[in-house]
Amino acid sequence: MGISFDLTIVFAFIIAFAIFAYVVMDGFDLGVALLFPFYPERADRDVMMNSVAPVWDGNETWLILGGGALFAAFPLAYAILMPAIYTPAMVMLLGLVFRGVAFEFRWRTERARYLWDIAFFGGSLLAALAQGVALGAILQGVTVNGRAYGGGWWDWLTPFTMLTGLAVVAGYGLLGATWLVMKTSGALQQRAFSHAHILAFATLAFIGAVSLATPFLEADYWRRWFAWPGILLTAPVPLAVAAAAVFLFRALAARREVQPFLLSLALFFLCFVGLGVSIWPYVVPGRITIWQAASPEASQKFMLVGIAILVPIILAYTAYAYWIFRGKVDPQAGYH
Amino acid sequence: MWSGFDAVTLARAQFAFTMSFHIIFPAFSIGLASYLAVLEGLWLLTGRDVYLQLFRYWLKIFAVAFGMGVVSGLVMSYQFGTNWAVFSDKAGPVIGPLMAYEVLTAFFLEAGFLGVMLFGMERVGKGLHFTATLLVALGTFVSAFWILAVNSWMQTPQGYGVNEVGQFVPEDWMKIIFNPSFPYRLVHMVIAAYLTTALVVGGVAAFHLLRGQAREASRVMFSMAMWMAAVVAPVQILVGDLHGLNTLEHQPVKIMAMEGHFRSYPDGAPLFLFGLPNQEAGRLDYALGIPKVSSLILHHGLNAPVAGLETAPRENWPPVGIVFWSFRIMIGLGFAMLGLGLASLWLRWRGGLYESRAFHVFALVLGPSGFVAVLAGWITTEVGRQPFTIQGLLRTTDSVSPLASPAVGSSLLAFILVYAVIFAAGLFYLLRLMRLPPHPGEEGPRPGEIVRAAGITPAPAIQPTSVHGEA
Ligand code: HDD
Ligand code: HEM
Ligand code: HEM
Repeated sequence: MGISFDLTIVFAFIIAFAIFAYVVMDGFDLGVALLFPFYPERADRDVMMNSVAPVWDGNETWLILGGGALFAAFPLAYAILMPAIYTPAMVMLLGLVFRGVAFEFRWRTERARYLWDIAFFGGSLLAALAQGVALGAILQGVTVNGRAYGGGWWDWLTPFTMLTGLAVVAGYGLLGATWLVMKTSGALQQRAFSHAHILAFATLAFIGAVSLATPFLEADYWRRWFAWPGILLTAPVPLAVAAAAVFLFRALAARREVQPFLLSLALFFLCFVGLGVSIWPYVVPGRITIWQAASPEASQKFMLVGIAILVPIILAYTAYAYWIFRGKVDPQAGYH
Repeated sequence: MWSGFDAVTLARAQFAFTMSFHIIFPAFSIGLASYLAVLEGLWLLTGRDVYLQLFRYWLKIFAVAFGMGVVSGLVMSYQFGTNWAVFSDKAGPVIGPLMAYEVLTAFFLEAGFLGVMLFGMERVGKGLHFTATLLVALGTFVSAFWILAVNSWMQTPQGYGVNEVGQFVPEDWMKIIFNPSFPYRLVHMVIAAYLTTALVVGGVAAFHLLRGQAREASRVMFSMAMWMAAVVAPVQILVGDLHGLNTLEHQPVKIMAMEGHFRSYPDGAPLFLFGLPNQEAGRLDYALGIPKVSSLILHHGLNAPVAGLETAPRENWPPVGIVFWSFRIMIGLGFAMLGLGLASLWLRWRGGLYESRAFHVFALVLGPSGFVAVLAGWITTEVGRQPFTIQGLLRTTDSVSPLASPAVGSSLLAFILVYAVIFAAGLFYLLRLMRLPPHPGEEGPRPGEIVRAAGITPAPAIQPTSVHGEA
């Protein structure tokens, strides 16, 4: 049991890493799409889409890895959680379908371009909202019956999940706006600055609201965050959030180009740590621990070899792709 | 609204629908990625502009098809958990790691180098660009490798144990991956992808030849496609035969359904060409068969005894009608493709490959046939495995998620609506690209153009002034 004990923790971190990688990477490219309605000019939209076009496919692959690794390392959790978030999951997938094909189709038509712009925005909005709702649905607890999901198919719909859904939309919007600040120039960039400012406020408000609501969901969450001596460990998280927020506003005010994006990522990271504190060591909060859901050692070992060798290579060539496309997006290049 | 259907039926319909939609695109992109690598390689080797024209022409088409493959594939990877939760819990320890390897070795590779392949020619130099094309092609193949290992394990499971909570657990990874049906399925599927692509390329070329646009590029791609069909169609039939013999050994009931053998034939079974399987009565109505040929194919002896479905318990019968007919569609198309290949050889020899209108019409008609054969083949395979998801071990009815029919039904309806829109639009754009012949100065999905594959193309990063054909 000794080694599988350790491996299970390792896999919990691997999956957390994959999900985090997904959230921040697809987060900004979904976020760019979320801002589409505020940039009605065709030229602006071309630039916005082009700023994420080269990388979105790789970004979305992290979602497949997150789901795939959960399936492989914690099959029981996958089997319980997926039916629990059935509707948001389906909505997310359909949203991603629309926005994914929009990347190609938009350039294949003049007449119907506005329709694919709507698909790009609408699909991304649905996907972001559904991801937030799914997160909320898992956090608020799911009904488990034996080795299966035991709840109904509307259980996910509560005020809390609506809150988390909107929170993720705001957060992705912030990532998108600060990404645009980094990748564009001129009037477009100025507009992105002001959007980033508003979205930073909104995101922080949502972080506050979700943080206040969460401890009331389960006594356990409450205990972790506020009881001695745990609070010594948990208190730094909100403090760091506050610090990041201050720096973010200052960077925006000073018209810094790269810092706002990095600080937004930091905000996401801190929220993610906060979530981890709430949930650990459960995968199905309050019901199933990572050890109960873990697949056998033989499965985990086999996969770990691949992950240890391949993930560094993947990160290297992903970085290479980002490097190739570095720098500002040239607004003139789209049409000449 | 959904009360007439149970959740299992709806979940099966949903899986079959989304999977059938997905497989159309990989079947095309596995073949097309390799074709693009060949074209680019030939261009680098010979320097002939026609190869570059063709490369750029098909690259635009590839970009659109690939995008649709990606999004429909993403849907598949979550379908296991949402609709087949019990299956996921039980089979996850065995097939989950294989699918994780697919992501790690194939999907990241494709996604990582697609951008470079699609637009990077001006940025990274010829050598590196060619490497990117090769890596994307490799990625599509590796993806087929893993997912077919998964599927084959579900057909012919081995190398596993069962733990105290009823999960299948891995005991020998080599045995799991290289399970008995895997080599056959992999080879048959990859050849199918090549054949499908060759037929599309040939069909498009034939269309342009028929319209009198016999530019050099149309001829070159027509010739390449017809060579492929001539060589690969016979190989596919051979491999298919071996695949069938393997299935006979490991999934005999499936073969009985494919052959329409309800009863046993102690001294030589007929090969049925036509018939209406009557599952209720357990017989083949209006049967038209050639005596003893089935024994010859399956057992290499005219009088070899062949067991029929009557020897298997009824609750283990697959839906015979679907399997019987989908199998015949695949075989029929396989022989039509063989006919096309042979006719092309004949015309090459006698002259007239680029002139015979009748032959061009034939090639045009067979253009989409690869997709039909692939779908028919998969339906044979998957429906033939029923009523099990894991052959002999886990029943389909015991695999499904604890979901209410309305949930599954509404999502099925949503998938049908959304896919119909996406498919119609995608098909329209693809046909529009194919309608124009490749021509000198063909633009790639190059940045700086209005019309291009933006999906992966960061137009702006590139100098609009770069010269066509220069790296
Ligand atoms: C262009 C596509 C194509 C063509 C022309 C053929 N096949 Fe095929 N066939 C496939 C594409 C395919 C496939 C889609 O790739 C399948 C589905 C699952 C698999 O392993 O391969 C398949 C399955 C499949 C199976 C089912 C195996 C199983 O499930 O156990 C058999 C027995 C054959 N094929 C045999 C043949 C024969 C004898 C052919 C000659 C006429 C033939 N196929 C032509
Ligand atoms: C790629 C082409 C494929 C096609 C066209 C296809 C088609 C189908 C069809 C038609 C069914 C419904 C069978 C029935 O219910 O009567 C089905 C079921 C299923 N297939 Fe496939 N399949 C494909 C590949 C795969 C692969 C690669 C896997 C596994 C990794 C897989 C796993 C399943 C499962 C889990 C079901 C649901 C349970 C069932 O009804 O058997 N399929 N598929
Ligand atoms: C014979 C069966 C299958 C083959 C040969 C196959 C092959 C491929 C290929 C070549 C791609 C690359 C994108 C494209 O061009 O379409 C792809 C994409 C994808 N496939 Fe399949 N696939 C099969 C079945 C499945 C199944 C059953 C699943 C679900 C578990 C799946 C999941 C995916 C995913 C998630 C993607 C998107 C990956 C990306 O972002 O590049 N595939 N598949």
